[in-house]
Amino acid sequence: MKKNKKTLYGICITTCLFLTLLICNSFNIFVNVPSILLALIYIIPYGIIGYDIILKAIRNIKNGQVFDENFLMVIATIGAFGVKEYTEAVAVMLFYQVGELFQSYAVGKSRESIKDLMAICPEYANIEKDGVIEEVDPDDVEIGSIIVIKPGEKVPLDGIVIEGETMVNTAALTGESVPRRVKVGDEIISGCVNEQGMIKVKTTKEFDDSTVAKILELVENASSKKARTENFITRFAKYYTPVVTIGAILCAIIPPLLLGGRWKEWIETACTFLVISCPCALVISVPMGFFGGIGAASRKGILVKGSNYLEIAADLKTVVFDKTGTLTTGEFKVTQINIAQDNGIVKSEEDLLEIAAIGESYSNHPIASAIKDAFYTIDDIEVSRVANVVEIAGHGVSAEIDGKKAYIGNVKLMNNENINLKLDNEMNLNNSGTVVYIAYDNQYLGQIIISDVIKANASDSINKMRKAGINKTVMLTGDNNQVAEYVATQLSIDEVHSNLLPGDKVSKLEELLKQQKSKEKLAFVGDGINDAPVLTRADVGIAMGSFGSDAAIEAADIVIMDDDITKISEAIKIARKTITIVKQNIVFALGVKFLILILATVHIVGMWGGVFADVGVAVIAILNSMRMIYGKK
Amino acid sequence: MKKKFKMENLDCANCAAKMEEGIKKIDGVEDVSISFMTQKMIIEADESKLENIMKEASKVVAKVDSECRIIL
Repeated sequence: MKKNKKTLYGICITTCLFLTLLICNSFNIFVNVPSILLALIYIIPYGIIGYDIILKAIRNIKNGQVFDENFLMVIATIGAFGVKEYTEAVAVMLFYQVGELFQSYAVGKSRESIKDLMAICPEYANIEKDGVIEEVDPDDVEIGSIIVIKPGEKVPLDGIVIEGETMVNTAALTGESVPRRVKVGDEIISGCVNEQGMIKVKTTKEFDDSTVAKILELVENASSKKARTENFITRFAKYYTPVVTIGAILCAIIPPLLLGGRWKEWIETACTFLVISCPCALVISVPMGFFGGIGAASRKGILVKGSNYLEIAADLKTVVFDKTGTLTTGEFKVTQINIAQDNGIVKSEEDLLEIAAIGESYSNHPIASAIKDAFYTIDDIEVSRVANVVEIAGHGVSAEIDGKKAYIGNVKLMNNENINLKLDNEMNLNNSGTVVYIAYDNQYLGQIIISDVIKANASDSINKMRKAGINKTVMLTGDNNQVAEYVATQLSIDEVHSNLLPGDKVSKLEELLKQQKSKEKLAFVGDGINDAPVLTRADVGIAMGSFGSDAAIEAADIVIMDDDITKISEAIKIARKTITIVKQNIVFALGVKFLILILATVHIVGMWGGVFADVGVAVIAILNSMRMIYGKK
Repeated sequence: MKKKFKMENLDCANCAAKMEEGIKKIDGVEDVSISFMTQKMIIEADESKLENIMKEASKVVAKVDSECRIIL
């Protein structure tokens, strides 16, 4: 900042002096002044505005940096002095400095805005010692320490709630500001904001391993994985500057020799060339664009691990999904209840569910939990009515309810107990899930179907992806064919591969990769739990709903913090927009530079135009990139 | 081994590219990436030689832009 202030004062003083000189000039005061003296007068504002550039140029020349932009500017302006274009020389240096100042301001602003986006870093943790709360650096808190989190504070470390209950806001992590309730025994993740009550948390991770530190590191490192475009442009700049500089030298010598005379005009053109040859506008335009894209994505809870992945995401044509946890919630729920007709015992779905729930009341099996959860929404389970519960592994449960024998389980259990299932009468047999049969007092009562629920927004998100240009969707799953087909039809997914072991998923994905055309890219979307190898193998691995899951953050290229799959199409859109902005920046920067080079060759544009082609273009490219960050929320 | 360093006064994007190129040539450096936007350098290098490498890297940085330095 100090440096910027100094430059700003320099600019103000020089502008005043420069305007005075211009006014003097327009009143023809300098007409009779010898040119040496005039040069000396102009050197004063030139020195004030350009001394640091001159010093830098000298230092860099000593270090062998020939095509350094400071050096180029100095040569260009000295050239202007040489051909007695004193006003031009001062003006060019002045505008260059104004542009640089503005550029550094704009870059600083966008750096800050990214920092604000990621303002999830907790500054302190409260540790209770002998009844006194002490603020310490989160870095110094050991695993297993008890920390106190007051309302309004950020959760500094991952841990488990041991006292209190509250709502936490995960907006900074997920972009979603729906508060979550946490109570004693729940895991809590750093970076969330405690909204209501005071809670005590036992930490389970050190700060460096906690979610917040992982995410910050990920976003900070993102811009060091450079995109192809970025590498291209730095390579381009390496040749661009020397070529234009040589062009400048040729410009100064050859045309006057061939066409005779007019040295002054051509030297001026050469000086303009030197100003245009500065590469910074080009080089800055690309990383700025990607930086904006990464920032815009992280504001929506989409973490992109590198500029290169944005580049790939923009070319996505195929999206491959893992089923469980990605397209479905991964939680088992009662989706259908069929009562056996004429059973004489239960009349309503609730009654059937009640018997099942009571019978399963001591079981922790996911299927039992689903049945109990379904019944809890109706009534409490009267545990006292059940006795002699026996869990039969791989079959189900047998129990006595109100003194009579009840069986809750699969076909095998029913067959073992000689229960007549009367299956041919069964209507509406839905194959999408696990079927649980219920028998009571030696009679078959009906079935409850439990399935993994398709996410509410899954179908909508797949449509959105299609609109965003995805032309093939594929689902890979370890589940059986029936379940897979059911989900795929519901979501109108193009291709399904079922019964896959984790290893098969990789080979399937490789097959799919081979089917791609060379410029088309493929993404794999998974919940990151068993998907690490597949995530790594795909062109882009997208992990979902994984905040807290280190393996997913590690293996994926793009991490979606909550489990909202609509964010995939958003990520694609952001990627496309970023690439558009980057391309605009490159075309604009190169276009203006070439245009001014041509105009300078035919003497239409002077050094002022050259300055615009350098810093002016850089500033416009930066502003263009900031559209990403400040664009619609 | 990967290590991250902050950079101070890294004012120009092209300089970052030049520094990268220079540091890559230092013996023992496997990869280096300097981000102009975040003002950070991530260096992947032989740990046993790190001290020397960082000395060399600082020299490279100073050569490209005398005002810029690596915060060690």
